[in-house]
Amino acid sequence: MSQISDRPDSASKPVPENAVAARNVSKNYGDVEALRDLSLDFPRGQLTSLLGPSGCGKTTLLKIIAGLLEPSSGEILVNGELVDGPGPDRAFVFQDFALLPWASVIRNVAFGLELRGVAKSEREAIAERYIKDVGLAGFENSFPHELSGGMRQRVGLARALSVDAQVLLMDEPFSAVDEQTRRKFQEDLLNLVANENKTFIFVTHSIEEAVYVSDQIAILLPRPSRVSEIIRPSGIRGKGADSIRRDPEYLDIVDRIWASLRSYVE
Amino acid sequence: MKLFGYTLPGMSSLILWGLLWEIVGRLDVTFFVPPLSEVVSTLISVIGTPAFLKALYETAYAFFAGVFFAVFIGIPTGILMGKSRLLDELLLPWVNMFLSAPLTALVPVLMVLFGFGMKAIIITTTLFAIWIIILNSRAGVLQINRSLVEMARSFGASPLDAFFKIYFWAALPEILGGVRIGVIRAVKGVIIGQLLISIVGFGALFELYANNFLMSHFWAVLIVLFALAFTISESLSYLERRVSYYAAKR
Amino acid sequence: MTGYRSLFLKVLSAVLVFGAWEIAGRIPVSYSFPTFLDTMSALVALTLDGTMLRAYAETLQPLAVGISISAVFGIGIGLWVGLSARFDWLFSPIFIVMQAAPLAALIPLLVMAYGVGLTSKVFVVCIMAMPVIVLNTGGAVRNTPSSLQEMGRSFLAREDQILLKVIIPAASPVIFSGLRLGISAGFIGAILAELKITPTGVGDIITYSRSIADYPSMYAAIFSIILFAVLFLNLVERLENVLFKGNDRGYVSD
Repeated sequence: MSQISDRPDSASKPVPENAVAARNVSKNYGDVEALRDLSLDFPRGQLTSLLGPSGCGKTTLLKIIAGLLEPSSGEILVNGELVDGPGPDRAFVFQDFALLPWASVIRNVAFGLELRGVAKSEREAIAERYIKDVGLAGFENSFPHELSGGMRQRVGLARALSVDAQVLLMDEPFSAVDEQTRRKFQEDLLNLVANENKTFIFVTHSIEEAVYVSDQIAILLPRPSRVSEIIRPSGIRGKGADSIRRDPEYLDIVDRIWASLRSYVE
Repeated sequence: MKLFGYTLPGMSSLILWGLLWEIVGRLDVTFFVPPLSEVVSTLISVIGTPAFLKALYETAYAFFAGVFFAVFIGIPTGILMGKSRLLDELLLPWVNMFLSAPLTALVPVLMVLFGFGMKAIIITTTLFAIWIIILNSRAGVLQINRSLVEMARSFGASPLDAFFKIYFWAALPEILGGVRIGVIRAVKGVIIGQLLISIVGFGALFELYANNFLMSHFWAVLIVLFALAFTISESLSYLERRVSYYAAKR
Repeated sequence: MTGYRSLFLKVLSAVLVFGAWEIAGRIPVSYSFPTFLDTMSALVALTLDGTMLRAYAETLQPLAVGISISAVFGIGIGLWVGLSARFDWLFSPIFIVMQAAPLAALIPLLVMAYGVGLTSKVFVVCIMAMPVIVLNTGGAVRNTPSSLQEMGRSFLAREDQILLKVIIPAASPVIFSGLRLGISAGFIGAILAELKITPTGVGDIITYSRSIADYPSMYAAIFSIILFAVLFLNLVERLENVLFKGNDRGYVSD
């Protein structure tokens, strides 16, 4: 657990220190301003949460980073390169899982590779590995409707991992699963960040969840949305997964964020 | 669909198709398609004639009588099926069967049983409309929120009160949906009945125009008929939307 | 237990209806209302002497041709309409009007244009069956869950891959049920054509038996064609359930 100290301080490296950077991004839907002039850096190998009340444009920002939406102005850089659409360097985990209901677990997990034209035996071998990694071994030939919500999201996660993208974009991935499953997911996510050397961008509306899993929390305020504050819960990151929730710093940060958000909640 | 940033209304392409019709008619491609303008002017001259008014009256009569029976037999039957499991299991196979059965085959039976007249046409219309009304009313009752029923009981509603104050209203969006589809089917049923029995209403009129090669008369009546059918269907779906606002919320 | 109960009630319900038919025939309620047993024996007789088989061979011709044409063009146009807002604007209104309108009224015109042969009958089946197929297909394509399409795009699917691997499989249950409704409407059209245009096949048995007042045979033919249509549609529905099991679940979190 040494992501904090890992952060390179020199900008002289060939690859930029930020895996993803948003530069002056604005997004309008007709007359409605969803995002205004938003700039934000996402450090490599870390998990950044986008946290804010509903309607604050956090999912819009995530979809712009994914290349699913085009910004009205501004730009997104991934590894210093301009984004103009979805790319192999980013993988998306959907809030509603977005599994193909007619396809088995293994075909769902291998779907990203299938689209890239990877041969069947090869992609299924990769998929099998990730199915095992997310704890679904034995369910390869099940169908999504036979799985619980939590298991479906594990399939979605395995699908995103199997294309081996450097950046994982997660759109409220745990909001549709029950509380206990969500806690387990959060612990697993901490391990994933520690072991996978990927950059995670994580949209959530749960303050506790953001503080628990994030290296960096960007608090977005709505209409039009902008970054109001960036919080780095660095003191609690080195602690074990079990003790974080009892840490005074954890509780303080949760309180502080609530204090700044409460006036925006009807 | 947008044109120069202006959103075109939904059915506006029909104007384009009307134009195409006019051009095809003017080019004399086929004897069967006279220009739309000619059809419209025929329409205006035909619409007040006694023959047309008589056909319209007979059709409307059969249609409304058929829909009346379908609605007033169909809705209570459906609600009872939703309430009683025994009745449901006895009737449902038949309802499902007649819903998809080719009811045109039954028209000859109605003709021999009830004669070549209005009665057979009314029954045909009812037969086309009733099954979907029964099925939707049943589905509407079956999906009523349990806690709504329990609420009524906990406040001491009598069965009759519960029926008229809870079941009917809670199932209303589905019932109206069924009535809308039923009415569209009834329009088809009344025309099919008239075509096969063909001595009354528009069936007779079509026969007359076709046999005398009065193409623009034929199309004029067809346009009136289609427009009426479409208006009925659209106004019912408007009504359904007015009611279904609460359907989404339960 | 419940399996027995449901089967028992189905049999009971059939016995009640056919029993009522038998009694009504014996009273008789009308000289043109044969008993159930007379009708069944006429059905057996017609089946054994091969009349029924020949009739069905003839009736199913326009039906099969019409349904095939409607399926190919209906699904094709439906996909097109569902994918392109421009074609939706252009073509949907026609099919919406066709769906609401009593298209049977076109039959006299079709007979004048194409005569009394197979072509007219195929046309009748097509105009009855096509609108629902087009509208269902278009609606299904338009309603493909947007998150599935976004998923495809975010995993770098090309346009053709999204169509073939996401949109069409996602839409196929609704397309298929549109096809089933189309077949049901096609049956109505096929019989209407046989009764209205020229008596052939099953329509011929009905018309002929009526003209010679052989009511048991007439009822038998009607009974058999309704039974045939219902059984066939049931078969299609079963197929649908097998093919698309679980398809409508699974996107949504529960």
